[in-house]
Amino acid sequence: MLVLEDVNVYYGAIHALKGISFEVNQGEIVTLIGSNGAGKSTSLKTISGLLRPKTGKLTFNGENLATVAPQSIVAKGISHVPEGRRVFANMTVIENLELGAYLRKDKAGIKEAIKHVYSLFPRLEERKSQISGTLSGGEQQMLAMGRALMSKPQLLLLDEPSMGLAPILVKQIFSIIKEINASGTTILLVEQNAHMALSIANRAYVLETGKIVLSGDSKQLAASEEVRKAYLGG
Amino acid sequence: MDSISTQIFQQIINGLSLGSIYALIALGYTMVYGIIKLINFAHGDVMMVGAYSGWFAVTVLHLPFLPALLFSMISCALLGVLIERIAYKPLRNASRIAALITAIGVSLFLEYGGMIVVTAQVRTYPPVFPDTRYILGGVYFKYGDIVMLLTAVVLMALLHFTVQYTKVGKAMRAVSYDKDAALLMGINTNNIISFTFAIGSALAAAAGVLMGVYFNTIDPLMGIIPGLKAFVAAVLGGIGIIPGAMVGGLMLGLVESIVSGLGASTWRDAVAFLILILVLIIKPSGLFGKNVREKV
Ligand SMILES: Nc1ncnc2c1ncn2[C@@H]1O[C@H](COP(=O)(O)OP(=O)(O)OP(=O)(O)O)[C@@H](O)[C@H]1O
Ligand SMILES: [Mg+2]
Repeated sequence: MLVLEDVNVYYGAIHALKGISFEVNQGEIVTLIGSNGAGKSTSLKTISGLLRPKTGKLTFNGENLATVAPQSIVAKGISHVPEGRRVFANMTVIENLELGAYLRKDKAGIKEAIKHVYSLFPRLEERKSQISGTLSGGEQQMLAMGRALMSKPQLLLLDEPSMGLAPILVKQIFSIIKEINASGTTILLVEQNAHMALSIANRAYVLETGKIVLSGDSKQLAASEEVRKAYLGG
Repeated sequence: MDSISTQIFQQIINGLSLGSIYALIALGYTMVYGIIKLINFAHGDVMMVGAYSGWFAVTVLHLPFLPALLFSMISCALLGVLIERIAYKPLRNASRIAALITAIGVSLFLEYGGMIVVTAQVRTYPPVFPDTRYILGGVYFKYGDIVMLLTAVVLMALLHFTVQYTKVGKAMRAVSYDKDAALLMGINTNNIISFTFAIGSALAAAAGVLMGVYFNTIDPLMGIIPGLKAFVAAVLGGIGIIPGAMVGGLMLGLVESIVSGLGASTWRDAVAFLILILVLIIKPSGLFGKNVREKV
């Protein structure tokens, strides 16, 4: 469904992605792991159009994404939950969710989507009129994910959903990710918490300083010597 | 009522009239700042163009007040969008100082370009309102004052409604808070920025027409001082914050007319800038500003 081939991305003179290639197939959970500065967020931003590849191929369902504007990429069915949540802190929970459905015109469908989000995250319903800047970190993560689901994406990009959360909440968020996937949404998950990510993903890619150094079935990777040493603490 | 309190009331009425003009201009400053972090120094000159469009609509097209107001607002909305697309958009990723200097350039262009088109000569606004005066407890209300206040209040209420409750208003708030996150929602941020310029410029045009009506004369440099004062009003309320601009504008108008009422009208302008300095020293984020708003 999503294919990157030899993609190079620069920030000015900084060469952040050095010819990376990977793919995500319909229905999968694929994870991209790697340490700080490896280029994980850069990869997601490139897919959602916030950054442009200088060279390389980037396609979604066979269509070229490399020159498509970010808002049209959302319309094509890709939704991105950015690192650090980036909820609109000056607006209420409901308003954030409504913005997630910005491109949709079907009022009934939007209502349905809000209900669906509330069923995944009951906490959001309790807080629906609260200004989202006053939510806890975990609740903001739920809101960011809920907001991204409002556009009914085929592919959900998640950038470090576990960041800064207590272990129990991390577990909860990961089980919800599995639930979202089970109901038909393909997932590309970026994580530093390699242990958790590998436990729910079908396949994984390991990124190091802008290059993919390992890839494969996540159980095999979790068992491999290199990954255990570098990312799973022995 | 004794004459002193009558006097005070009279100055309050005058202050609110003047203040509502400042508020309308300040709104455009603050909205544009909120969305692209640019102090649009050409904003006062857009108001001047609005005053001339209104003048044109009334004297040449013989339109009555409301259609003339609309004519002027629409013309300036287009002008605002054009200015943004041509002058500011190419600099979106440039340094702030580059954009600021460009804004000053646009301002000079409108002022002296305006002089070429309409000449530097001062023009008189035709009387659009009857000269009726109402007296209530010794305080004079001119018909024009009432229309002016009403126009300003209606426009501000419309703006408030748009920003708070409509889809495009929510998108404006989203873009102003976090442009990248707004893009990820599928919001076309360029269109929203254009829309913001359109609204801000239309409000400035309304202020220009009201100024023409209020002071009777217009000239190509008329935007400079009110533009600066509206900037003070926007900073006073907290730049980027819409209710702040409204309150800041009204307060500035009141302070000015009270200073004039005390017989110190030559100090009026000085007081406005004294307020700016005090705000910058005491609470740089303005009356409505919060110093921290992000939670990590
Ligand atoms: N806006 C930017 N300007 C310049 N360089 C940047 C910018 N953003 C990221 N980089 C650089 O690109 C590289 C990849 O960054 P990226 O944010 O993709 O890392 P990451 O894998 O997401 O790391 P983390 O786990 O810390 O979030 C880093 O070397 C970083 O310094
Ligand atoms: Mg990152």
